[in-house]
Amino acid sequence: MRVVVDLTRCQGYGQCVFLAPDVFTMHEEALLYDLQPADERREHVLRAAAACPVQAIHLDRTASTPNDDREWAPVMEDGRIVIVGASLAGARAAEVLRREGFAGRLTMIGAEAGEPYDRPPLSKQVLTGQVPPEHTLLPRLREIDAEWLCGTPAAALDVAGKRVLLADGREVGFDRVLLATGTRARPWPDEAEAALEGVHTLRDARDAAALRRALGAGPRRVLILGGGFTGSEIASVCRELGLPVTLVERGPAPLHNAMGGVIGDVAAQLQREHGVDLRCGTTVTALEGDGGRLTGARLSDGSTIEADVAVVALGSVRNVEWLRDSGLAVGAWGVACDAGCRAVDSNGLVTDDVFVAGDIARFPHPLYEYQFMSLEHWGNAVAQAEVAAHNMVSDQAHRWPHLSVPVFWSSQFGVNIKSVGVPTFADEIVFAQGSRAERRFVAVYGYRGRITAAVTFDQAMWLEFYQRQIERAAPFPPDFRHVGGGADGGPVPARVPERLVATAGATVVVTGHDPAERRASLVHPG
Amino acid sequence: MNVLKQILDPAARPDPYRYFGALRESPVTVQEDGTYLVSTYREIVALLHDPRVSSDRRNLSAGAPAEQDDFNPSFIGLDSPEHDRLRGLAMRHFGPPHSPETVERLRPKMLELTTALIDALKGRTRADIVDEVAYPLPVAVICALLGVPEEDEPRFHALADEVVETLGPGEEDRAERERARKAAAMELSRYLAGLAEARERAPRADMLSGLITYRGPAGGMTRDEAVATSVLLLIAGHETTINLIANGMLTFLRRPDLLRRLRDDPELIIPAVEELLRFEPPVQFVSSRVALDDITIAGTTIPAGAPIVLAMAAGSRDPAHVDRPDEFDVDRPRNEHLGFGGGVHYCFGAPLARLEAQIVLKELVRRLRGPRLVADPPPYRPSAVLRGPRHLVVEYDGID
Ligand SMILES: Cc1cc2nc3c(=O)[nH]c(=O)nc-3n(C[C@H](O)[C@H](O)[C@H](O)COP(=O)(O)OP(=O)(O)OC[C@H]3O[C@@H](n4cnc5c(N)ncnc54)[C@H](O)[C@@H]3O)c2cc1C
Ligand code: HEM
Ligand code: SF4
Repeated sequence: MRVVVDLTRCQGYGQCVFLAPDVFTMHEEALLYDLQPADERREHVLRAAAACPVQAIHLDRTASTPNDDREWAPVMEDGRIVIVGASLAGARAAEVLRREGFAGRLTMIGAEAGEPYDRPPLSKQVLTGQVPPEHTLLPRLREIDAEWLCGTPAAALDVAGKRVLLADGREVGFDRVLLATGTRARPWPDEAEAALEGVHTLRDARDAAALRRALGAGPRRVLILGGGFTGSEIASVCRELGLPVTLVERGPAPLHNAMGGVIGDVAAQLQREHGVDLRCGTTVTALEGDGGRLTGARLSDGSTIEADVAVVALGSVRNVEWLRDSGLAVGAWGVACDAGCRAVDSNGLVTDDVFVAGDIARFPHPLYEYQFMSLEHWGNAVAQAEVAAHNMVSDQAHRWPHLSVPVFWSSQFGVNIKSVGVPTFADEIVFAQGSRAERRFVAVYGYRGRITAAVTFDQAMWLEFYQRQIERAAPFPPDFRHVGGGADGGPVPARVPERLVATAGATVVVTGHDPAERRASLVHPG
Repeated sequence: MNVLKQILDPAARPDPYRYFGALRESPVTVQEDGTYLVSTYREIVALLHDPRVSSDRRNLSAGAPAEQDDFNPSFIGLDSPEHDRLRGLAMRHFGPPHSPETVERLRPKMLELTTALIDALKGRTRADIVDEVAYPLPVAVICALLGVPEEDEPRFHALADEVVETLGPGEEDRAERERARKAAAMELSRYLAGLAEARERAPRADMLSGLITYRGPAGGMTRDEAVATSVLLLIAGHETTINLIANGMLTFLRRPDLLRRLRDDPELIIPAVEELLRFEPPVQFVSSRVALDDITIAGTTIPAGAPIVLAMAAGSRDPAHVDRPDEFDVDRPRNEHLGFGGGVHYCFGAPLARLEAQIVLKELVRRLRGPRLVADPPPYRPSAVLRGPRHLVVEYDGID
């Protein structure tokens, strides 16, 4: 059977670990699990899923579920919908289309052969060897009933002619299309160096299998290029496996790009305590090899590192090349769309039949001054896919805006790190609850006197409260009496990476819980 | 009469649910005594996760009705970080991450106890499910978990009964009951303190030994803390589990089709227990909260220092949260209920209680041939907070 936990929702109650300890494991609040447990475990897994207080555990639905949770009739019940990119966003959109009553033809086009699988485990339980890389298939939440064209990438999109062209020359016509081709790992820029044996990137299941083999072979040292979430998680796995590891990060601290320098410092300390040889403010200038095998690297500070495995974790590149001639607004940051997931063309006009979701999408967020953002978050891919699918079969009056506040999680060094909001959209940060020394805390970010984000280390239960504070643009710093200690000083500069600072104006608040009722409204000062 | 008074009236015990609609019409209401009553799902969940809400009654502003004058330092009445420290130390010997197998390992014991209790119903056609099954099981399980020796069980049992029997507000002879409860609790504490001392000298593989002897990097529990925790585990898990089992049998026996389905498909007991926790929750109200600051929720401001009561049973049947809330439906997808609370005080013993209820209800359904209710509604215990039948007499044709 297949299992996936929506870790965006999970609050670390650990009920699943109690009831199926051989499927779910937990370190403090960091949950890891087997995505395809043996059928003998079925009863335990059912117990766990039933017990989850926030119902975050999703399993295969074997019988096709009737559309009884559908609240209204779609305007588009038949015709042909094509989804390009058959991974998390694509698969979820397909399920929602069927849930919403779309009964027409559905075609899934995917570059990867095989069924959709989940990526977050690839840098966690798969790399440690707990779960084999081929055991990460996503559960089927409902029967999709689609035609799967997998193993061949799409090569072009003809918006006017309403067709997708495949790399093997086939053409697939559509009435509506969803673009969900995600991202790939940014390769090491020097092709010859990147081709050395021992140099890895991590994005798909094959990458994970190769890296797992390399780590399992007991390398003398692993070099990680980049201290973002992926690089940091891989460093964590290496230490768990007892492997010496050097992590080279250009910025002042790991996670600095996503969470700013204050949390970056906590992350740096965490890494050093776990024995990571952490080099910040440094870059790798060259990878070196001998006879086609990696032997080490040269760093910008003049030093050298000997390593037989290197992982290039320098962020990602959006899979948009195939859309270059489509006439859509496509760039390094993805495909631009409106908050309803409709693609925008290069003139800035919204299209009617082309929708975008997941890591590839670039959308304006009302809570963050309508700035366009691209999020590479599991939760965003799911939420946006649901909104996109809904809107694909709805008329204007019934469309939903994608207003969910971004939530991200990561598990590393035994800590469950979660964030809500956009931590880089901040000028100050305050440790609001818990204790920095114990690495159990809630840190709250503020921008011009309102709360814009929060980060928790093993304190996920409080996250939703801060999400509501973000939605109602509550004042920063939080000035209420509360439980949970947190006398860790007052607000300090958040030290976030440079970005365009928008002008002060109206404040946006978001109301409503379900996608159907979420609305943003402007609150003007004075 | 105001709605809450109607609900607290013993006459309402068999069906308090018919008043909940009226209660939910205003999500937050102030009672005469200054208590804020919250009855809608979203607002309850929000307050359970709101750091401005305390579980420590010492934060009540002067003049507010105090529930307890003596202070019991068990973690149910403490806030983070003290709560987290003690709960974490207790969890170390009960569940993940350090002891993920503890509850699972009790399963054979639970089945054995259940089998013996049901075997004892053989040779007749009438039994009281409360007194003969639902009641003895939870204490026996807690004894096994804590490590109360079998020869002490009768004494322990008697004290435990005394404590829980006298528990529960909203009744007439409150002062007297309160005195009796305190005396019994004191005696129970003394008993457990003696046992803890013995375990300190000669630890065994039980939870009490763990609580009293464990010393980690950040220290362990003091003896008082270990004893208070043991008393809490006993009390918090006792009447609640009895009521869940009794409410379960009652609900099943009222629905012959359901009973048939449960018999044909024993796996259904898993969602059935969740639905019970939603539909007939043993803990109807959580009445221990205090506002630390002014909290504006659903248009009402709860002032700092005010007591807050969360109407969990009303929240779990909030039509804004679940479809057809007053129907018992084992097929409900994504059943999120408030049966075990939420947030950092989420029931510590939930996995144990779930397993106990699943096992005993499954066995009762499987083994009782042709069971039927003798009285419907059955007589209820007086408490509106920890609500459940006092007796549940059933007739049956035989035991398989
Ligand atoms: C190692 C790793 C760890 C992660 N950990 C976390 C985490 O802890 N928390 C978190 O929130 N997020 C995490 N993420 C991010 C999360 O997995 C992504 O946000 C999510 O997978 C995005 O889903 P998607 O469907 O938009 O894109 P993808 O999953 O990237 O899927 C895109 C699919 O489109 C296919 N494709 C590409 N081009 C074409 C084409 N031309 N034609 C057809 N198909 C094409 C690709 O092969 C791929 O299958 C992690 C990602 C990785 C790689
Ligand atoms: C069906 C049975 C049970 C029900 C319905 C139930 C319900 C609850 C609820 C609603 C709370 C939250 C109280 C609050 O928020 O203030 C709670 C807390 C608690 N329960 Fe249970 N419970 C049950 C069984 C048990 C068992 C078997 C144990 C012990 C093994 C137990 C131990 C506790 C403890 C220790 C707490 C306090 C947790 C904390 O404050 O962190 N419960 N329970
Ligand atoms: S909240 Fe998370 S840890 Fe708790 S039961 Fe659900 S999935 Fe498991």
